[in-house]
Amino acid sequence: MTGALYATPAAVLVGLFFVVPLLLVVWMSLHRWPLLGNPRLNAPDNYTAVVDNALVASAAWFTLRYTVLITALLFVIAFGLALLVQNRRPGVGFFRTAFFLPMTVGFASASLLFLGLLSEEIGPLPAGGDSPALGSAVLLVLWRFAGFNMLILLTGLQAIPLDVYEAARIDGASRWQVFGRITVPLMRPTIALVLTMMITGSLLAFDQFWILTRGGPDNSTTSLVMVIYREAFVRLDLGSAAGISVVLLVLLAVVSSVQFAVLRRRSA
Amino acid sequence: MRTSYYVTGSALAILFLFPLVWSGWASVRTDTGFGLENYARLFTSSNGIRAVHVLNSVVVSALTVTGTLVVATFAGYAFGRFRFLGRDLLFLLTLAILMVPYATILIALYVLLSWLGLEDSLVGLSLVLIVFQLPFSVFMMRNSFEAVPVELEESARVDGCSSVGTLVRIMLPAVRPGLVTVGLFAFLTSWSEFFAPLILLNSTDEFTAVLAVVNMRTASHGSIDYAALEAGVVFMALPCLVLFAFMQRSYVRGFTSGALKG
Repeated sequence: MTGALYATPAAVLVGLFFVVPLLLVVWMSLHRWPLLGNPRLNAPDNYTAVVDNALVASAAWFTLRYTVLITALLFVIAFGLALLVQNRRPGVGFFRTAFFLPMTVGFASASLLFLGLLSEEIGPLPAGGDSPALGSAVLLVLWRFAGFNMLILLTGLQAIPLDVYEAARIDGASRWQVFGRITVPLMRPTIALVLTMMITGSLLAFDQFWILTRGGPDNSTTSLVMVIYREAFVRLDLGSAAGISVVLLVLLAVVSSVQFAVLRRRSA
Repeated sequence: MRTSYYVTGSALAILFLFPLVWSGWASVRTDTGFGLENYARLFTSSNGIRAVHVLNSVVVSALTVTGTLVVATFAGYAFGRFRFLGRDLLFLLTLAILMVPYATILIALYVLLSWLGLEDSLVGLSLVLIVFQLPFSVFMMRNSFEAVPVELEESARVDGCSSVGTLVRIMLPAVRPGLVTVGLFAFLTSWSEFFAPLILLNSTDEFTAVLAVVNMRTASHGSIDYAALEAGVVFMALPCLVLFAFMQRSYVRGFTSGALKG
């Protein structure tokens, strides 16, 4: 009984601010739910509207391209950094700290930092080229999150027992063979974890585009979460916003369960 | 081999440090040289940061850190030391918060908080921030409590301590590293969080400092005052950098704990 008593505050908070909103967002998606005024049932209009909404389609396509781009670049860079700093030698602590330091700045602040850094007014690196809007967001995300993902990959790298490498060397395996046949397979759970975080994080992108590009030019960098915000607080249609949220939620649940499947395969 | 390691490492370190150093430099750079004019504009311009915004941020951070510590300590103690009905379900449900990114349920939270009379409220925002800290914090505190030897607790019981007395006098000192990490992350999140306050706070008087700084960019119709923005970036980042300097160990423990459960 004592245990249940100690767990009560957490149970109340999780129930009220997690379980209830989770059910509520589904309930809302079945209604015409204006920001002000009474909701009324209109299922499945919000869902059919998702399919017909041109902005949703272009935002989904943009968010998907952005996710692929970020995941590929961020993974390669973070893995490279992790390999660079995996061994203890002089200066390695400084390098790790330098790569990780951007993570200490809040993401919204980091977005503002890059807004200035890439501006023509005061920036030393004014953004130009064909798609400066997307490019600047990509640079920002790589800068801020590479060190964090490096740190996670590093814990995976360091969990591989040294005698496994030793045995491979005695068998005459080349560096690339060791990397491809030992490092990567043994790090599969860590790799699945960082890939999942990168994919879900990118699918939910908001701050960077809201602050850096305002979704422009011509909505070309409007992400899905920005559309949710717009449906709710610009078009004042909470039902439609809830509909898009539920679709996104299901999509993310699929990504997470793929990660679980990968992890389970390892322990089987 | 050795030289290429240092050359590559140093070049990359410069790349990663450059934006941080530049924003500090840009924040004190003025037309005539160096000075604090950009900071003065940040705190005096009509849509810049006002004292009330900083106060709001401090209130939200204080509420979130305190609330997270209290709730996560009790829950961690419960999960780490007791068996009770619904224990596994509650633990799974708490971790499931990680699987449901809050961006997708904030619309529902917005409606729910207004039903509870907590619309546009710092308390409402803090409650939401606490809930989204719970998966990490409860997981961390449960592991901390599980790692404390049972004998320590039993000897206190024999001496006649109640379970609350044991928790406060014996267990809390033993789980201090966990508490520090949980508190640190609750602060960093609540201090820097942008999306949740953007949705849940409407009136500029309730804005947190982050919202106020971003507002200087999004509410400006003409030209953006980039130099004052960089001053805002430095102002927001400074507490986080100071904490990092003094608490690197807790930082790394917190960030890597996610990787260990895989």
